[in-house]
Amino acid sequence: MDLITPDSGLLFWMVLIFGIVLFLLWKFGFPIITQGVEKRTRHIDEALRLSREAEARMQELAGEQQRLLDKTRAEQTEIIREATRTREQMIAQAREEARQEADKLIEKARIEIAAEKESALREVRREVALLSTGIAEKVLRKELSDDDAQAAYLNRLVDEMTSRQNTDKS
Amino acid sequence: MLILLLIACSLRAAGADQPSGGTDVDVPGIIFGHIGDSYEWHITTWRGHSIAIPLPVIVRSRTTGWHVFSSHHLEEGEYEGFHIDPDSGKIVDSAGVRPFDISITKNVLSLMMSCLLLVVVILLTARWYRRHDPEKEAPSGLAAAVEPLVMMIHEMARDNIGEQDYRRYSPYLCTAFLFILLNNFLGIVPFFPGGANLTGNIAITMVLAICTFLTVNLTGTKHYYKDIFNPDVPGFLKPIMPVIEIFSTLMKPVSLTIRLFANMLAGHILILSLVCIIFIMAKYGAVLFGAMTVVSVVFGVFMDLLECLVAFIQAYVFTMLSSIYIGLARQKEE
Repeated sequence: MDLITPDSGLLFWMVLIFGIVLFLLWKFGFPIITQGVEKRTRHIDEALRLSREAEARMQELAGEQQRLLDKTRAEQTEIIREATRTREQMIAQAREEARQEADKLIEKARIEIAAEKESALREVRREVALLSTGIAEKVLRKELSDDDAQAAYLNRLVDEMTSRQNTDKS
Repeated sequence: MLILLLIACSLRAAGADQPSGGTDVDVPGIIFGHIGDSYEWHITTWRGHSIAIPLPVIVRSRTTGWHVFSSHHLEEGEYEGFHIDPDSGKIVDSAGVRPFDISITKNVLSLMMSCLLLVVVILLTARWYRRHDPEKEAPSGLAAAVEPLVMMIHEMARDNIGEQDYRRYSPYLCTAFLFILLNNFLGIVPFFPGGANLTGNIAITMVLAICTFLTVNLTGTKHYYKDIFNPDVPGFLKPIMPVIEIFSTLMKPVSLTIRLFANMLAGHILILSLVCIIFIMAKYGAVLFGAMTVVSVVFGVFMDLLECLVAFIQAYVFTMLSSIYIGLARQKEE
């Protein structure tokens, strides 16, 4: 039948035309298109990969920053605490020193006062001794102005001393 | 656009096949006139006059040599000793012998136009890629439309043939795919630039299948030929296997030829038959005529949509099978 017998003229033209079309498109058509598209595909893939990497890196950086911030804050707290402690220590030390100094001063004053008192007493005592010797001399001189009184006095003294000796022996 | 196309399809049928009222409609004549080849491009018949584009006839007779003349001379009968044989519809000389005939027929003209269109479209697309940096610009216009189709086939070739040498075959597969797709769709368009039943012609599909056959068998690996002539089978199968393998190798292009040809032909015949129903029913009264017209228009719309699907599927299947055959012939020894 006509339908299933290939016509020679059409076969001829088909081979010729399809051959030319195939040659043209093979040489100047499809490779250029597919290469272009593949180039773009690679470019897009590359760009996507880069953007993923950049994102990851950015997250990493943000984490790093956060860590640094936390660290700095901790250090700040530490420094403030340290400063407070130092201040308190300094105040305490100063106070202690002041007290010691005061104690020393008081002690010194006390010693000096004691020494002053001692010397004053000694002075008073000497004065009193002189006064009493003076008075005693005056009294004795008056009472022993005659010889009898002197003898009577001597006797009494001797008696007194012997009685004292006796009482001591008994 | 599709709807317009379908309306046009019906109009064409109405115009071209206008039966003179009452007489029987020559259904086989109409159908085979549309799906077959002819020496002129018949557009319509208007008031008894046939309006057609005359095409050049190029024949070479053994006795009288080359003859080139316009086909409208053949309408009146014999010209330069040639006439159209009423049985076969081909040019024969006065003795009834077929000359060597490379006339630009309706199919050849359609082939030329569609190939020109294909080449222009693809080269314009390629020019876009040459002129623009594809890394910096998205494709626009024609390039954006053609690129997905090309890349679909390119990636199919990669999947079926393998990473190593698919680049050598991808241009052929792309050409075959776009050629079949374009001609399938032009075949559905009912008026002048389309309408030729090119991919439903066995000569066309045969050339395409032979291209695939040659590509497969001229670039086959040693492993492929070893599998054909000396496969790893038990001893008693050794003499039979090459016969079976060679037969299967030869049947691959035959199946490619017939699958595409028969699918497209069947679609065309179905649509034309549905359109013919309208004209057959014309003499059975207004009620039946009207009812059947609605039915055949509905079915015609359905068939046309189906044909659009089939046009794509068949182009895809042909290309996919070609790429699978090439892939089989490129396999390496494991």
